[in-house]
Amino acid sequence: MATVIVVTSGKGGVGKTTTSASFATGLAQRGYRTVVIDFDVGLRNLDLIMGCERRVVYDFVNIINGEASLNQALIRDKRVENLHILPASQTRDKEALTKEGVDRVLNELRQSFEYIVCDSPAGIERGALMALYFADEALVVTNPEVSSVRDSDRILGILASRSRRAEQGDPPVKEHLVLARYAPERADRGDMLSVEDVLEILGIPLLGVIPESQTVLQSSNAGVPVILEDGSEAGAAYGDLVDRFLGKDLPHRFITPQKKGFLKRLFRRG
Amino acid sequence: MLLRSTRFAGENAAPFELKGSLFTLTVLHLFQLDRAAIERHLVEKIKQAPSFFNNTPVVIDLEGLAEPRNGVDGVDFNGLYKVLREHGMAPVGIRNGSPELQKIARQAGLPVLPESRSVGAAKKPERVEPLAVRNRLINHPVRSGQQIYAADSDLIVLGTVSAGAEVIADGNIHIYGALRGRALAGVKGDVETWIFCQSLEAELISIAGRYRISEQFDAADLGKAVQVHLVDDRLLIDHLTR
Repeated sequence: MATVIVVTSGKGGVGKTTTSASFATGLAQRGYRTVVIDFDVGLRNLDLIMGCERRVVYDFVNIINGEASLNQALIRDKRVENLHILPASQTRDKEALTKEGVDRVLNELRQSFEYIVCDSPAGIERGALMALYFADEALVVTNPEVSSVRDSDRILGILASRSRRAEQGDPPVKEHLVLARYAPERADRGDMLSVEDVLEILGIPLLGVIPESQTVLQSSNAGVPVILEDGSEAGAAYGDLVDRFLGKDLPHRFITPQKKGFLKRLFRRG
Repeated sequence: MLLRSTRFAGENAAPFELKGSLFTLTVLHLFQLDRAAIERHLVEKIKQAPSFFNNTPVVIDLEGLAEPRNGVDGVDFNGLYKVLREHGMAPVGIRNGSPELQKIARQAGLPVLPESRSVGAAKKPERVEPLAVRNRLINHPVRSGQQIYAADSDLIVLGTVSAGAEVIADGNIHIYGALRGRALAGVKGDVETWIFCQSLEAELISIAGRYRISEQFDAADLGKAVQVHLVDDRLLIDHLTR
């Protein structure tokens, strides 16, 4: 039985698409047939982060409207086996996403995939609601600052009240917290909320902490999911996150400030 | 019920007739079968009220009798009958008890009386009509942007009320968690309503329209378990002792 996972946050720019790309890539690397869907109709980004923007022919809205088949629209990732991308349409808007249409596409995907990752747009409007409506589990991406945490709280409330599981009285959507762009030094100084602060406000289990890192920006621009960047802390953190999602019990890394040597402190560069 | 015996030829009148009637009988509720103990207690009772035990007919009720651990094999109603007779009681039958016990009783010559209807009805607990005013129970955290209203009742939240969330009740509000959002009790004007929470970090609290925002809280109340109520039309915040 396929599992539908929504990556959501409420607020924009916190790392939803970065997380969707690395999470889906990580699941596929570990042997699971995985598809990642871009729900951000009109603001297509996932294909850029995944580095497949030049291979997009048909998109999610085409399938919903019956203008193309799934096989025509699904893009097979060239680096990782088992990984497919379903891009969003850039020329339409979110109204193109109908509940019946999304349901039909997801049901078709369930036949051939084990994990269906839905990359939600920001906000709490139609696109975001459609992305989370059919979810079995949710990765709620948050940055360590108050507005992001409050928006995540809002999304958690919507997950608990307006998802299909909530409407049908099924077991609730399983919630996971992803704390992205975390800088332990700044949290220690009190510039940022700490991991504990965020957990106290949101009260859901922590799946992973992704450290603030230059590599994320670089790999985004290069069209490579950061989980594929060997030697990067953010990539390693996403690797741990995927393993934890699959049931491994791993300690959280990158949440305490590293002791810097004398030379490093002199040439202070991340 | 009336059953007249039919007259035989040559008889002037029937020798008897059967007629149902009601009697007030003493019921002996038996809890255990220890004959020595029964005898000891009987002697005590007779001392208290000797006139009572004068061939008094009794019904033995077995409902409260604990089933003997080693089964019903050792149960001796003949012996029990003898003890009761010796102390001025005349057992007329038994009531209730398991089918096995009833069988042994019948063998000992004690008839099984049907369960009396009035007693059976009285034993059932009276059905209590649910109160018109009930509590609304929320067993999950109330997240930012959610609004919960308990009409004509109290509101109980098992969890945190997040910043940006709103909990409203016509009655009292109980929050078993931190209150970070807004809580408005007695919104239909009931000045006797209260708000309780385990940690006061609210954006706003209000009772019957009298409100206070977080800026107006005493620093000493923040983060404390408190109860809020109206005294002389003013909101009063008391700490709850743990």
